[in-house]
Amino acid sequence: MTDATTTPGAAAPKSSLLQLDDRVRRRNAAERRFKAYGIAAVSIGLVFLALLLFAIIRNGVPAYTQTFLTVPIELQADKLDKNGNRDLEEIQKVSTFGYKPLIIDGMEAALAGQGIASPFEKAKDLEKMVSASAPAQIRDFVLANPDRIGETVEFRLLASSRVDGYLKGRVAREDLARDKNLDAEHLDVADAMRDAGILERTFNWAFIFGADASESRPEQAGIGVSMIGSFFMMLVVLGLALPIGVAASIYLEEFAPKNRWTDLIEVNISNLAAVPSIVFGILGLAVFIQFAHLPQSAPLVGGLVLTLMTLPTIIISTRASLKAVPPSIRDAALGVGASKMQSVFHHVLPLAMPGILTGTIIGLAQALGETAPLLLIGMVGYIASNYPDGIASGFLDPNSAMPAQIYEWAKRADPAYYERAWGGIIILLLFLMTMNIIAIILRRRFERRW
Amino acid sequence: MYDAPASELKVTQKETKIAANKVQVFYGDTHAIKDVDVQIEDKTVTAFIGPSGCGKSTFLRCLNRMNDTIDICRVQGQILLDGEDIYDPKVDPVQLRAKVGMVFQKPNPFPKSIYDNIAYGPRIHGLAKNKADLDDIVEKSLRRGAIWNEVKDRLHSPGTGLSGGQQQRLCIARAVATEPEVLLMDEPCSALDPIATGQVEELIDELRENYSVVIVTHSMQQAARVSQKTAFFHLGSLVEYGETGQIFTNPVDPRTESYITGRIG
Repeated sequence: MTDATTTPGAAAPKSSLLQLDDRVRRRNAAERRFKAYGIAAVSIGLVFLALLLFAIIRNGVPAYTQTFLTVPIELQADKLDKNGNRDLEEIQKVSTFGYKPLIIDGMEAALAGQGIASPFEKAKDLEKMVSASAPAQIRDFVLANPDRIGETVEFRLLASSRVDGYLKGRVAREDLARDKNLDAEHLDVADAMRDAGILERTFNWAFIFGADASESRPEQAGIGVSMIGSFFMMLVVLGLALPIGVAASIYLEEFAPKNRWTDLIEVNISNLAAVPSIVFGILGLAVFIQFAHLPQSAPLVGGLVLTLMTLPTIIISTRASLKAVPPSIRDAALGVGASKMQSVFHHVLPLAMPGILTGTIIGLAQALGETAPLLLIGMVGYIASNYPDGIASGFLDPNSAMPAQIYEWAKRADPAYYERAWGGIIILLLFLMTMNIIAIILRRRFERRW
Repeated sequence: MYDAPASELKVTQKETKIAANKVQVFYGDTHAIKDVDVQIEDKTVTAFIGPSGCGKSTFLRCLNRMNDTIDICRVQGQILLDGEDIYDPKVDPVQLRAKVGMVFQKPNPFPKSIYDNIAYGPRIHGLAKNKADLDDIVEKSLRRGAIWNEVKDRLHSPGTGLSGGQQQRLCIARAVATEPEVLLMDEPCSALDPIATGQVEELIDELRENYSVVIVTHSMQQAARVSQKTAFFHLGSLVEYGETGQIFTNPVDPRTESYITGRIG
């Protein structure tokens, strides 16, 4: 075929370029195989990522909606304020237990008003549909508005976690056979109430901004307070790890003499980055709590422990970005008569800034997601049920942190808490994503300036 | 234009600016510079030539103590600038480098605006009392760097955006902005094309009016074109030092002759 077009007079090639020899063919095959391995590896990673995201969203999204009952409740004066003088102290004497009959009466009235027949012999059974937090909610309202005693007020009460689970598809009728908390009849009532529009699932802000609740009230639990705990811890980490880490790296990289001591320090910093975080936890327990007597479970202590953990990350990435600044810039600065410090602060540091910021934010993100050291200083297992009163108590009062809260929920037996654990993971991931995006934006911004 | 026969260059005897006596430089165990004695004159261009690794750049960097930044580097002997020993423990290298400026092999403008590149030195040395002063210094330096006309309309665009030749002239302008007395140039044209090289050489010749210029170069034509004095280094020793014309036309040492004629290098 090629012979036909050969130019007359051209020498015949020793070996044709149009035919691959064995060596080249084997080499090409090896290259194709390598590419295939690479693509396979990336695909496997992507599949797992997709599965993870799917699982998180599927399990976590239900936590963001919650079922509420709209019930008009008569605040019966004879029960709440027997003497009728609206004395707050006397009203306070009525415990949440005293409010339960009001709720039952209100429920009965609501069902009757919608024409729903109660299947229960004892009216008390209706109570199981409402969250255990409802009496406290009504009591708080009454204490805040004592003048409204005697009126009928419409309340939005949290439904109990089983009813909520039924609406979310988590609880099926078959499951209730051995459940002492709820019976199949309750579900019939729930269906009827939903049709009547007095039982509805709405977006649950309380999950994002609310406080944690005890084990029996998963429907009330929120991640807000532990978010504040995490926030104060991050303040401590940022305030300590960034200046200490950057100062240490600048000194080690630019000023320190290169000798056996600095080599030793360098090796140890690299090793510290690989120390399991729980070791930092027990160190924090021994040093900050047992020796320095700082308060247990406090975000301050958590932040200190996480600072220890984050420092090596920040130092290593800062040193790497200082190393990456071309030496010619240092020469240029020294050449015009800048001192060592001027050359570092005027020229090297600004160039290394994107790297330093990225390292810091990644260190912070790591610290934000860290759970193990918090186990040992008592931030896990603490029920974060109150917002701190101010800045100082934000640092010093016991609190939880987001990952600790998630761990705590996952540990609790009620499947409703399982759902909240996934929901919490979504928030944590959103925070981490935001921090990474900030890191990228900062890097871009600083790089563009040059 | 500047390649007039070396013998025609007029050289008058001038004051000694830098005097080196028995300078030795060690990199760890390597003896990089051996017993160098040299007198560098004021208002003269002195060229250091020699094969790669002969120590000419090392010696140049001794003259403003840039070698201090290398941990394993030790310098012995005496280098006098206007009669003062620059390696005296009382000397602050920062002050020295303000007097002895340096231009490097690779153009290394700061990643800042053209204006800030020039203004940086005067700012840290407090040479300008106010903004107008600083503007004057910047303009004067850029004019001396023969780059003013090219950049006067974009003083605030980044210096790294200039072409290689412009960057190098910017670096020269930056070096003269601090009013040094000596200007050291380490192969300033090795990264430049012939046109940019011509511009830089022209500039060096103008700088001779005010400064003592020491230039390291690999190009013997360049040494012949721009310098009045030439020093030939070989294997860490100063082999021959003299009038450029004499070195190129009538070298005393056979090693100089072989290098100039291309037999060693």
